[in-house]
Amino acid sequence: MRISVKVDGVRYDDDVEARLLLVHYLREQAGRTGTPIGCDTSNCGACTVLMNGRSVKSCAVLAVQADGAEITTIQGLANGSGELHPLQQAFHEEHALQCGYCTPGMIMAAADLLSENPHPTEEEVRDGLEGNLCRCTGYQNIVRAVLKAANGSVEAEVTA
Amino acid sequence: MTATEIPATEVGKARTRKEDARLITGQTNWTDNITLPGLTQVAFARSPYAHARITAVDLSAAREVPGVIAVYSGADFAAEQGSLPCAWPVTPDIVIPSHPPMAVDTVRYGGEIVAAVVARDRYAAADAVELIDVTYEPLEPVLDMEAALTEGSPLVHEAGNKSFTWTFANGDLDAAFRDAPVVIERTYRQQRLIPSAMEPRAVVVAPVADEYTMWTSTQIPHVLRVMLTVVTGIPEHKLRVIAPDVGGGFGSKLQVTAEEVLSLLLARKLGRPVKWTESRSEGNVAVHHGRDQIQRLRLAADADGRIRGFDVDLLADMGAYLMLVTPGVPLLGAFMFNAIYKMDAYRFSCTGVFTTKTPTDAYRGAGRPEATYAVEHLMDDLAATLGIDPLELRERNWIRHEEFPYTTIAGLTYDSGNYEAATAAAREMFGYDELRAEQSLRNESGSPVRLGIGVSTFTEMCGLAPSRVLGSLAYAAGGWESASIRVLPTGTVEVVTGSSAHGQGHETAWSQIVADQLGIPFENVRVLHGDTAVAPKGMDTYGSRSLVVGGTAVVVACEKVRQKARVVAAAMLEVSPDDLEWDSGRWAVRGDPDQGKTLGEIAFATFAAHNLPEGVEPSLDSDATYDPNNFSFPHGTHLCAVEVDTETGQVKIRSYVAVDDVGVVVNPLIVEGQVHGGIAQGVAQALYEEAAYDSSGNLVTASLADYLIPSAADLPSFTTGRTTTPSTLNPLGVKGVGEAGTIASTPAVVNAIVDALRPLGVSDVPMPCTPERVWRAIQEAQRTAAAEGADR
Repeated sequence: MRISVKVDGVRYDDDVEARLLLVHYLREQAGRTGTPIGCDTSNCGACTVLMNGRSVKSCAVLAVQADGAEITTIQGLANGSGELHPLQQAFHEEHALQCGYCTPGMIMAAADLLSENPHPTEEEVRDGLEGNLCRCTGYQNIVRAVLKAANGSVEAEVTA
Repeated sequence: MTATEIPATEVGKARTRKEDARLITGQTNWTDNITLPGLTQVAFARSPYAHARITAVDLSAAREVPGVIAVYSGADFAAEQGSLPCAWPVTPDIVIPSHPPMAVDTVRYGGEIVAAVVARDRYAAADAVELIDVTYEPLEPVLDMEAALTEGSPLVHEAGNKSFTWTFANGDLDAAFRDAPVVIERTYRQQRLIPSAMEPRAVVVAPVADEYTMWTSTQIPHVLRVMLTVVTGIPEHKLRVIAPDVGGGFGSKLQVTAEEVLSLLLARKLGRPVKWTESRSEGNVAVHHGRDQIQRLRLAADADGRIRGFDVDLLADMGAYLMLVTPGVPLLGAFMFNAIYKMDAYRFSCTGVFTTKTPTDAYRGAGRPEATYAVEHLMDDLAATLGIDPLELRERNWIRHEEFPYTTIAGLTYDSGNYEAATAAAREMFGYDELRAEQSLRNESGSPVRLGIGVSTFTEMCGLAPSRVLGSLAYAAGGWESASIRVLPTGTVEVVTGSSAHGQGHETAWSQIVADQLGIPFENVRVLHGDTAVAPKGMDTYGSRSLVVGGTAVVVACEKVRQKARVVAAAMLEVSPDDLEWDSGRWAVRGDPDQGKTLGEIAFATFAAHNLPEGVEPSLDSDATYDPNNFSFPHGTHLCAVEVDTETGQVKIRSYVAVDDVGVVVNPLIVEGQVHGGIAQGVAQALYEEAAYDSSGNLVTASLADYLIPSAADLPSFTTGRTTTPSTLNPLGVKGVGEAGTIASTPAVVNAIVDALRPLGVSDVPMPCTPERVWRAIQEAQRTAAAEGADR
């Protein structure tokens, strides 16, 4: 089947198998390997991207379903500005990653969370990122980073 | 020449990480990102049975799938695939069964590889795997360790279900138990866990003539290269192993895997580059599991709580085969069951048992979390039995800070520690006394939500390891680490380390160390690792060893650089080397500090080599290989408060305080992150995770939908603090931090739950302490109490 999809600002017209997963399309046909795959049951969220501005797990979307859509991956988040997105900056400053494998999905999920709720509480951040698993950080610094990106600083209650 | 004083201006600074630049922008080089011209995709067919004989394999339909290049069964590789290695034959009579990477006639766990497909892409490979037709004759599974050792049990291997029994004893245990006022006997279960690094494994192999390059998601590129040579016969110098960016390991990538060996053999057979990428569901059955012990324990004490003797008898589930260090993992616990405590006698015995389950091997902490859980749980039990506060009981038994260095009953010499200081700090931060008062009020109120306080005063052995100690424990390799410093002509520096980072932040921490050692800016250091062509020598990363052993190697190599630079600087300044002193990045004339040369100036003069003294080679580059004399011994006190709803069994962590003493801290940001993540994994064992099998031997937690890794919503924030008692065993004074949180937190959480429920008669809740198990433990205790009441 033929699809037309915009990935990180670039339009691609491609023939794809009907069963091709969006994440495989992004990684293997569009060459956007910044989005990794962490599971096969859509539990881990490592492959999270924005589809028309809303977060999706790209392992749970077929490439054909993205026909006509606009996809933003971690590689397009900073908009080609050469500067880091506030979430990327906050993840760096708050040491919100160790191995970094969950990071692209975590940042994209957080971007969607903040677009819905620009000033979340710690609990809202924790609940909002429930679909994204991290095995390294224990989440504490991820939560801090998201709060920092949202509010410009980490709220006192989680400074501990 | 005298040793130089190095000011610590970078070490101790909370530097944000160099690694992040690529990780937060999606520029990371995971193995699965690698593409090569003509790359083919490998997929494996795996046994659906826990135990079965293979009677027929039909590959014909799979071979017909468009895009399929080759399909093989185990029989096709029987002559060349060898046996996966076990490098730790812990006893002379250990049973190490043959372990073909691809099963030939018998499968011994669900998930064992039975056939391999090579195709032009992953979809075609997956289609072909579906069409492989293997006929099995099912055999009885072996799932229970105790039953496996009984007469008449079905056998996993012909030689029997027992692999080894390893024992250690010190002191007169019979005397310790004879007439002991208190003897506590318990059996604890360490459930089986799935390490679950976020990056599933992947392997790429590129063959060029008779030389091979392998990219693999591994913690151990150097050890792997040696082992691949041993298994396949491909000469070591024709094999290059690269660990590119690796997405976590936690011990699960400290392995020589069937998939790595088979990918290499497939590439050799076909003369094409191959890639294998694991799915999570595949990984849950195929990546080695962790823990899985039955711990039978006896502790004898005086009436005042002083420990007299400790008797530990373990059954450790090896799974179906012995992997790289499978039998050694529980033995690391042998030195840790005595923990921070003094005692008169100690005995340890461990029997390794084969079952028809996924093999076990190292998982974060490897032997030490199991031991720490047992002893810390017992200490709380002893405290409750004697009516002594659990912190007070520990203080009566622990090694006092003025007693270091102290040789323990298990034979290790702890160089340093200050359990009093860490405990005092934790107690204060936690508000221990206030919480105890609140707990009393709560208990009196009869509230259905109980408050519990759990204590864990732990230590661990890190910095694996002195090579002679490893030798005495029959491990096949050494425990040294290597470092090279390359001083570039313009004065910037490349550091080559034999450690192989996969999330730990070596590129940042090593840069801080070298910046101090050579007096150059942090930004001017680049760290290279994880490629046997770039970093030819190494023992890799596990056992909280990188900083302690690898960091020390870096320090020693830097000292050699400085001394080489001193000779060149002396020639440049026309003075004797003895007249120079090191002053933060430059050699200066003693008494005339204006006269001096910076490392950059010396580097360029060395590069030009126009006026070097006779016999001085034009290079400042230096290597060091460091073999430690002892382990290091981080310790700490973790305190956990939980609220347990006795009506639903729901456990909520209300507060968690961790005070760790990891010695000198190179980067507090990284240390704090390691502690957070470590605690989270230990909490996960206490509350959430278990690799569960059904009665047929099927893993029922084979996906992330069934194996419950906690999310952000399931965990609290942790409060961390530190005390600093430098290690006396290495020049940096560091001890290691990668496993501390995991070792400490499991008993802290379970002790808190049991503490909440002791007034109800509960003395243990098996892990993971799910609401159902907590609820059942309460019901059981109430039934027992009612029955006892009726008897009276």
